[in-house]
Amino acid sequence: MRVVTGIALLAIGLSPAFAQQSPYAEYQRMVTENAPIELYEIAGEEMWKKRQGPNNVSLEQCDLGQGPGVLKGAYAGLPRYFADADRVMDLEARLVYCMTTLQGRRRQEVTKRVFGNRDRASEMEILSAYIARQSHGMPLQPGTNHPKERASYQLGQKLFFHRAGSWDFSCASCHGEDNKRIRMSELPVLFKPHDTRPLMATWPAYRVSSSSFITLQWRMNDCYRQMRMPEPAFASETTVALIHFMTVTAAGERYRGPAIKR
Amino acid sequence: MAAGPMKMRARLGPDYTDVRVLMSHPMETGQRKGSDGKLVPRHFIQNVTVKVNGAPVIEGQVSQAVSRNPVFSFRLKGGTKGDKIEVSWVDNAGESNKTEAVIA
Amino acid sequence: MEPSRRKALQAAAAFGAVLAAGLLKPMAALAAAWNKEAFDSKKVDDALKSLGAVGAEASSEILIEAPQIAENGAVVPIEVNSNIRGTTSIAVLVDNNPFPLAAKFDFMAGALPFVRVNVKMGQTANVRVVATADGKHFTASKEIKVTIGGCGG
Repeated sequence: MRVVTGIALLAIGLSPAFAQQSPYAEYQRMVTENAPIELYEIAGEEMWKKRQGPNNVSLEQCDLGQGPGVLKGAYAGLPRYFADADRVMDLEARLVYCMTTLQGRRRQEVTKRVFGNRDRASEMEILSAYIARQSHGMPLQPGTNHPKERASYQLGQKLFFHRAGSWDFSCASCHGEDNKRIRMSELPVLFKPHDTRPLMATWPAYRVSSSSFITLQWRMNDCYRQMRMPEPAFASETTVALIHFMTVTAAGERYRGPAIKR
Repeated sequence: MAAGPMKMRARLGPDYTDVRVLMSHPMETGQRKGSDGKLVPRHFIQNVTVKVNGAPVIEGQVSQAVSRNPVFSFRLKGGTKGDKIEVSWVDNAGESNKTEAVIA
Repeated sequence: MEPSRRKALQAAAAFGAVLAAGLLKPMAALAAAWNKEAFDSKKVDDALKSLGAVGAEASSEILIEAPQIAENGAVVPIEVNSNIRGTTSIAVLVDNNPFPLAAKFDFMAGALPFVRVNVKMGQTANVRVVATADGKHFTASKEIKVTIGGCGG
């Protein structure tokens, strides 16, 4: 197979529609098979079972939507509405909830270091890796029936197109048009199921370029930074609504994470 | 600095035993600048040893050109259930780690 | 100071000097050899010379599986399988890296001459493999294009 050069790639104007023919497909497949993802999953399992906080209990009775302690399929069913918290939550918002209610820890403490680095992953990251693995192979089925779930979806949709900040950016500024890229990274159109499905099926992920593990909360935070908008609070209604909007857009896709990202 | 988790899986196949091992290690080349702007010193795994039932079968010499958090795959001739596989590493700072698995 | 004690101290100092010079290694290091000369070579030819593998014969029996184009040079998966009978060693070199020799594996009776490893590539380069069988060296290579290098920050 003739290798397509950089200039030729620009001429073709690669979009995710051509993802199968992407010259990086072979690389991505091989790296996924040979990435140190499992180390994060193992660390996450230990953390899930670790007694912490004033109540000295583990997270093992945390209800992620399928019942207390049920992990199989939990990630694939998020975000969803939780009656006990009376709000829609994604995985990380739900973990904060369980850490504060079950373990008795303070929110300030559990959100102090939510994003790790190459030397040390955060508690949220390793828990996300472990919990996401338990949904591998299952279809994404975020909550859509409850009124608050519908409201969350609509809020996410609104936020996606809402221009703000000093640069007057919205998510759609980068993710709203076909055939756009930043350097060599194709930009998926994140309100189209065709582009959004493969994306939502591959978070959280091991990020090769920073040798770190990243989650959707990190992605929302970093996108807001790139848009020069104020930093969203961790697992806030804003970030959860955006994640909800995109997950519903990707509903039905078989979850195949945790995966790798460039 | 405590060595991070290390994981190995040994799978018996028709022709060989597939051994896959994941190691936590920064594998610093000495060319990367840290957040303080200074070069992070070279710190990398130099030797990897694979043993079957206590006897070395693979000796690997490794450099800083191997990626951070190395993942290796090896193949052992044959293999029987109950065989004890051990993979160990030593780095240029004298630190080490090892893990064991039994062929299931 | 007594002559015998002085002699003992001198001997100890000499032993220490010899130890420090690396001429007499502690037991642990003896068990784990590391070809410093080969790994510190900045040119492929020097690395090959240190491995004793100059003039290796090209062979199609060495199979290299690797991506044709790597999105990120920090992690490039390389799989090597030698079908040359009696292969006891596989060395992996990345020609354009600051230090070309990336790794070398010696296989004893219980192992197949196969390895998969992730390497760092600073730029597009030939990944070169040297397989040794019965004291004879064979080589194969594959070019991997790299879009972002993986050695520095």
